[in-house]
Amino acid sequence: MDLHLLLQLSINGLIVGTLYGVVGMCFVLIYKASQIVNFAQGEFLLIGAWVCWWLLTKYHLPFVWGFLVTLAFMVAFGFLLQVVVLRPMIGEPVISVIMMTIGLSIFCQALMKWIFGVLPQPYPQVFAVKSVNIFGLEVQTVYLMAMAISLVIMVGFAWFFKMSRTGLAMRATSFDQQVAQSLGISVRQVFAVSWAISAMVSAVAGVVVGVVNGVSSALSFFGIKVFPAVILGGLDSIVGSVLGGLVIGVLENWAQFVDSQFLKWGNLYEVAPFYVLIVILMIKPYGLFGKRDIERV
Amino acid sequence: MATATLRPCGDFKSRYAADQTIFPTVWSRNFCILGVVLVAAAPFLVDRYVLNLLIQIGYLGIAALGLNILVGFTGQISIGHAVFFGFGGFASCFLNSNAGIPPVLSIPLAGVMTTAVGLVFGIPAARLKGLYLAIATLAAQFILLDFFGRAEWFTGGSNGTVADPVSLFGFKFNHDESYLYVVLFYVVVLYVAAANLMRTRDGRALVAVRDYYLAAEMMGVNLTKYRTLSFGISSFYAGIGGALYAHYLGFMSIEGLDISFSIQFLAMIIIGGLGSIMGTLMGTAFMVLLPQLVNFLARSLDGSAIDHALGLHEGLPFLREMTIGAAIILFLIFEPDGLAHRWKQIKAYWKLYPFSY
Repeated sequence: MDLHLLLQLSINGLIVGTLYGVVGMCFVLIYKASQIVNFAQGEFLLIGAWVCWWLLTKYHLPFVWGFLVTLAFMVAFGFLLQVVVLRPMIGEPVISVIMMTIGLSIFCQALMKWIFGVLPQPYPQVFAVKSVNIFGLEVQTVYLMAMAISLVIMVGFAWFFKMSRTGLAMRATSFDQQVAQSLGISVRQVFAVSWAISAMVSAVAGVVVGVVNGVSSALSFFGIKVFPAVILGGLDSIVGSVLGGLVIGVLENWAQFVDSQFLKWGNLYEVAPFYVLIVILMIKPYGLFGKRDIERV
Repeated sequence: MATATLRPCGDFKSRYAADQTIFPTVWSRNFCILGVVLVAAAPFLVDRYVLNLLIQIGYLGIAALGLNILVGFTGQISIGHAVFFGFGGFASCFLNSNAGIPPVLSIPLAGVMTTAVGLVFGIPAARLKGLYLAIATLAAQFILLDFFGRAEWFTGGSNGTVADPVSLFGFKFNHDESYLYVVLFYVVVLYVAAANLMRTRDGRALVAVRDYYLAAEMMGVNLTKYRTLSFGISSFYAGIGGALYAHYLGFMSIEGLDISFSIQFLAMIIIGGLGSIMGTLMGTAFMVLLPQLVNFLARSLDGSAIDHALGLHEGLPFLREMTIGAAIILFLIFEPDGLAHRWKQIKAYWKLYPFSY
């Protein structure tokens, strides 16, 4: 037993978990607003990370400016995507919509590979200090920043849904689209805004992961890792997705610990969340905080 | 009951037997037979490149039909079809090389084994539907793929396993020319079986589950049974397809069984038409020919200004992937009922000409 390693892995898990939580929130946002499960969420991260990388390396923008331009780009991208591709899908059966987002993810991923190549590209040095020491544990600066940004985003989401007019409109839409429309809410606008925000916030996570590990198409795997987190928390709960993300992040790293110490399988790290996913689906398909559709079958 | 005219005018069926018949006219039956005969004659007519494509369409079409029974007829989404396809291939190789069972027997046996695995992974299907089921099968994809990577006794790990060529009474089907007949045999048998399945009580129960599960249960359809059953049937088809693939290459490895392969199966049935048996074959043909078309276009643009501007040559593998994604998106927007529906409309146009309806 190596307690120090366990502690270090737990911290890493928590940090990665907050990122899962952030991506999970984006996922839930789209699901709540438009009942669409976005299998292309990981590609949003990827696109955001590539665009930021491109701005930083080709145009040598300062990080903050590059980051802001990326966010603006992602808002436009999410909005356009919703208008062009997903608006025709409103009211289509679940399978069509799922397939649409899957098609989108293949398309975006291949396009990114074509434009930027398949090799991982490192980000230019963003922070002066690479890692700091907290209670004897090495924590990378960017991870600390990631935690801070994630917390800000989470608080922002909470404020947005409780206080802002658009947030209220979004909650109304997710509750009942027809009633919301009859009360004068533009459902189309709500969908567009939800996609734009989702793409933007995903890009934040993408840039953070990119700064740590470099950008490559492997980054889009985040979009799939987010499923266990979101299902655990409940598909339509923002709080649930954050908690689910933390749990899955920690669990994943504990699986790595168990693997390295006892089992020696080598890849339990990658598969463990999916075992958890199956178990959750079998015993509690609506997750911890999800709204339960009551039907007797 | 088949009628003897080429183009029957109107729908004047007065008995259930006439409504349920596989071939509405003698001519439609004759055209099907003609199609099979043409494919059977293909080794004498076309070169090996086309034969290779035909064989690919064959084994992928069988697996895609399984997925269509699951998705199109029962309304359950699966994003893990590739691993069942792979399991069939590995099972057949395993039976062949470890237990010494000849491929003639190991292919159907692999189908049966895959059915068993499919039933196990179909257990969540008894409880879940729609979206949740899709995510559960996504998990199955990763778990089974991980299992393949680790179970070296079964799959040979990263090295893969070898398979004997199919042989019957000492005759080896180890060339494209001869293997085509093996695949053709399975395609005909399994497609006819699927067409007949939809005419039985069980097949109608599957469709009832798809159309409205609550109404189906009220009519006495056992939901748990039929949901799991459809997973079993679809795995059987996937297993046979995978086994045919393994014995065609003589080799099976975990490479290429990833999630994008599963998605290609979904693309096949969506492009072909959900819930259409002929459509499955059309969609498979489309998906097999699409990369060829992209290759052809890229080759014809070779050296031109467009090629230089876009770097088509290096981007070719990605371009192929992109066209798959684009095909899915475009079909869902512009042709959601698939090629089968378009084919019906073309037929209706000629039947009704010069009137529009």
